[in-house]
Amino acid sequence: MGMTMTQKILAAHAGLERVKAGDLIEAKLDIVLGNDVTTPVAIDVFEKAGFERVFDPEKIVITLDHYTPCKDIKSAQLCKRARDFARIQGVTHFYDVGAVGIEHALLPEQGIVGPGDCVVGADSHTCTYGALGAFSTGVGSTDMAAGMASGENWFRVPSAIRVTLKGKLQPYVSGKDVILHLIGMIGVDGALYKSLEFAGEGVASLSMDDRFTIANMAIEAGGKNGIFPVDERTLEYVRDRFHRPVKVYEADPDAEYEREVVIDLDRLRPTVALPHLPSNTRTVDEAAGIPIQQVVIGSCTNGRISDLRAAATILKGRHVAEGVRCIVIPATQRVYLQCVEEGLSQVFIEAGCAVSTPTCGPCLGGHMGCLADGERAVATTNRNFVGRMGHVKSEVILASPTVAAASAVRGCVASPELL
Amino acid sequence: MTTGKVFKYGDNVDTDVIIPARYLNAPDPAELAKHCMEDIDADYVDRVRPGDIIVGGANFGCGSSREHAPIAIRASGASCVIAASFARIFYRNAINIGFPILECPEAAASIGDGDTVSVNFDTGEIVDETTGRRFQATALPPFIGRIVENGGLLPYLRARMEREAK
Repeated sequence: MGMTMTQKILAAHAGLERVKAGDLIEAKLDIVLGNDVTTPVAIDVFEKAGFERVFDPEKIVITLDHYTPCKDIKSAQLCKRARDFARIQGVTHFYDVGAVGIEHALLPEQGIVGPGDCVVGADSHTCTYGALGAFSTGVGSTDMAAGMASGENWFRVPSAIRVTLKGKLQPYVSGKDVILHLIGMIGVDGALYKSLEFAGEGVASLSMDDRFTIANMAIEAGGKNGIFPVDERTLEYVRDRFHRPVKVYEADPDAEYEREVVIDLDRLRPTVALPHLPSNTRTVDEAAGIPIQQVVIGSCTNGRISDLRAAATILKGRHVAEGVRCIVIPATQRVYLQCVEEGLSQVFIEAGCAVSTPTCGPCLGGHMGCLADGERAVATTNRNFVGRMGHVKSEVILASPTVAAASAVRGCVASPELL
Repeated sequence: MTTGKVFKYGDNVDTDVIIPARYLNAPDPAELAKHCMEDIDADYVDRVRPGDIIVGGANFGCGSSREHAPIAIRASGASCVIAASFARIFYRNAINIGFPILECPEAAASIGDGDTVSVNFDTGEIVDETTGRRFQATALPPFIGRIVENGGLLPYLRARMEREAK
């Protein structure tokens, strides 16, 4: 029996000829990532265990992106802890305010991760880099500490679900709709402990930003990772930014999959997830009219340049509805600058949006847009759990950038097609 | 071996309700414990006693990778979590910090809120003292068992690296 793409990458990093689902292995890591929430805890664990030096300062990435620019004194203390550690250890890829972007948009953009890599990050959305054909998964702070100390982590080799994409995306339908639809089909634990391996002719029609969005939310189906085959578009993306050797892995023709799920992109509708699970999906048509008080456009899921361009096409010449706050957060400094240069920032500001420096902020109810008791938001973020964006009695509806922008204009969940 | 009163919750208990992000700026375990389960059960912190047991359904601990979640549960006094299944990052985190978790769909379905339950961590046997029913949790793979026996991943790793250095 052959191996899946994920299994091949894990085998190569464990120094093994073959692995099979269920094997427990120890694999070498190309990159170990942490942020301002998880890194301080990892540093505590690292130091308490008596470790002094990280295994390789060029393979550690620390991004201060969650509560920055620091929302309060406690978060400033956390950032200081991470900053001091990065300096003492000589961490090459350390990103502070002014350079930092939301980690999962930043690492691919900066060419820190690439095809064939084995990456762990102390952040659940680390699965994003599967879009590049890497094995990449979220872990906790102790795993980050172990990775920093030894350059290795333990893994249970996952089985896989093959997600076959047919056809191509229609206007106003994006990667966000693909992944929400998939989570709605298989549930929030539908891929528990498993890989989601995307395949089929439909992959070719997906932009890299669409693929990042899709891989990003593999965790919302419980997945260990989500991974895309490497094609011309991937190679074009990494060509001038990723400077380590590109390693392309392909699933064996006889790789074993637990099941196959087929999604016909031609027929996919703009999709939203109602409170309080990402699997609680509806088409935008079914959800239209639900009143909202806030819109957030940004996050590691949908804060990339093509997301903001899509939102701007809807907001251009229009205005955010009375009684709605619309917060736009470019995911990285480069994306922010592109917004300025392309005139998108002006579109957003003229439409009545608040435009912010990169931060994870509102997605996790951290800052920059927390919700009050009884308020409801449409957000391009990734989780709509109870209390996720603020008050325990607030609600989040997940959507694509164009649906979010249309909803901001209408003051309720709305389809961009009807504006 | 532990015996405690059960706090029972449903499927998909996510790490945002176990410890909301608004408290992650103060990662001291005692601070986190003050807000454990706050958004799913505001009374939990006042009612939990050392040794008590949390029982969840499927996909316990889904969502954010925050290790603060099992840290908060342990610091709140709970002795273990029994669930039908665990989200994978929560599973890793609990193992890695040496906090006992038991996967047992039958126990998760049968045990009621407020029941008194005993758990034998060596054998994985779970006894609902209130109903008299017995359950067997899935055994940990030997490799993972060694991590737990060493008190967590870092002590395990340190011992291994020292062994290899010799």
